[in-house]
Amino acid sequence: MADDKKRMYLAIESGESAQPFRWSAGTYGSKFLTEIRDNKKFWGIKCPECGRVYVPIRSVCGPCYREMTELVPVSDEGTLITFSVVSFGFVDPSTGLQRPVPYGYAVIQLDGADSYLIHFIDETDPEKMKAGMRVRAVFEEDGKRTGSMMDIKHFELIRE
Amino acid sequence: MEPVAIVGVGMTEVKRERAADTVADLVFEACTKALADSGMGIDDIDIVLTGSNDFFDGRTISSMAVMDACGSYDKNVSTVEGDGTFGAAHAVMRVLAGWGTCLYCVHHKGSESVMPLITNAMFDPLYERFLGIEAVTASALQARAYMDRYGVTEQQCAAVSVKNHGNARLNPVAQMPLEITVDDVMASPYLADPIKLLDCGPISDGASAVVIASADRAKDVSGRPVWVKGIGYSCDAFHLGDRDLSKVDALQAAAKKAYGDAGITDPSGQVDLAEVNDAFSYMELMSLEGLGFCERGGAGALTESGATALGGKLPVNASGGCISSNPVLVTGLNSIIECVLQVRGDAGDHQVEGVGTAVAQGVNGPCGQSQCVWVLGGDA
Ligand SMILES: [Zn+2]
Repeated sequence: MADDKKRMYLAIESGESAQPFRWSAGTYGSKFLTEIRDNKKFWGIKCPECGRVYVPIRSVCGPCYREMTELVPVSDEGTLITFSVVSFGFVDPSTGLQRPVPYGYAVIQLDGADSYLIHFIDETDPEKMKAGMRVRAVFEEDGKRTGSMMDIKHFELIRE
Repeated sequence: MEPVAIVGVGMTEVKRERAADTVADLVFEACTKALADSGMGIDDIDIVLTGSNDFFDGRTISSMAVMDACGSYDKNVSTVEGDGTFGAAHAVMRVLAGWGTCLYCVHHKGSESVMPLITNAMFDPLYERFLGIEAVTASALQARAYMDRYGVTEQQCAAVSVKNHGNARLNPVAQMPLEITVDDVMASPYLADPIKLLDCGPISDGASAVVIASADRAKDVSGRPVWVKGIGYSCDAFHLGDRDLSKVDALQAAAKKAYGDAGITDPSGQVDLAEVNDAFSYMELMSLEGLGFCERGGAGALTESGATALGGKLPVNASGGCISSNPVLVTGLNSIIECVLQVRGDAGDHQVEGVGTAVAQGVNGPCGQSQCVWVLGGDA
């Protein structure tokens, strides 16, 4: 702020005011998140036309533009499709706090699903990851799960 | 398609922070330049179209805040949220509808907000946003998927950065003219592997505008009209997890449509210059492949061969590209404007000789979800 006083051109700060939202998870989103919270189980939904199984569940298959209704169970284990190790500091949008770096992101195909899930992975050395590796979901402890994607702490590499 | 021409172009200088200018000031500067370039006055304009993004601007219906600055009083006015290639396509449609001559402007001030928070907000709030994933990290996932699939190297991506920052040294409106080597890019810090600092476009402020007219009106203007030969756009899935990030299906579909309009059957042989999305260096490689200038996975070697350099067979991002000047949304319109200047022979120090046909590409959404391709040429 002190610097701003010396500047020839002024700027107006928005301050700390928040713009809160409350996004509906909907029928399928609620089912998906409730099953993770209560049973540590993943569900997918199958397109009647192309047979693709989507995770998270939602009501429309985009390519076919068909309504989906058939829920199918999906594993909490899967395959690493791709990944990145993040090294730059970034304020976590859900907490407002700086997230410690480095951390890993992964694109994961759960067994039984055709679409992918994106989540954290507990490995921060890119040399130790490779597409095709097996991964498993690590859930938040019982009693601490709240019905959000954060009920999955991260995925871990399954090391034989 | 019926002949429609770009008859005037205007760009502000792109800088990290233009503290002396509000968004309206930037828009006024760009529109004034575009009108002067066309030889028209604001009274010759029938339609005004603006482009912006409410989240970046921090205000609702942000496009309405610049209506004075683009001379919209008593005119047919509309706004298009999204990249300039898409907005300009709407401007063409209005002209084709017979509603008159259109002034289209688009603005962006990246300096006014916190970029990762804004780009994080484009992701689904139920399933993706909590991860903190944003433009850089999502692109890192795509870069890895693409590079793994085709064996593209970090050095090949770095070569794009070296080339385009070098081209920017010849462009007076570019933000980051740099004389760097592949080793410099490789030595720059990782932000999210495999993406390093010098693989990324900067945060930028800038605005641009164009005047678009029918063939009837274009024959009266002072400048040399450049003709819209073809436009195509196509969209992929919203959720990143629904896409194979290494694919460029949407771009291939958009290019097919635009090339079909323009009668292009052999892009490498018929296109003289391309301005493509290179907000991250690997994206230029994926763009070149999606636009059909080489086989999938071949753009790294094409770049290393020098074919896409200023003196090469197909100069790409002669302007310096988004990696050198990155006012989001404005970038697509800047690609179109660079093609216009090149076809006219008005590109100055970075002029490529004998550009008859040029291709511009713009993207919307994470990892190139939505793609727009333009073909521009000197003859109606
Ligand atoms: Zn389907």
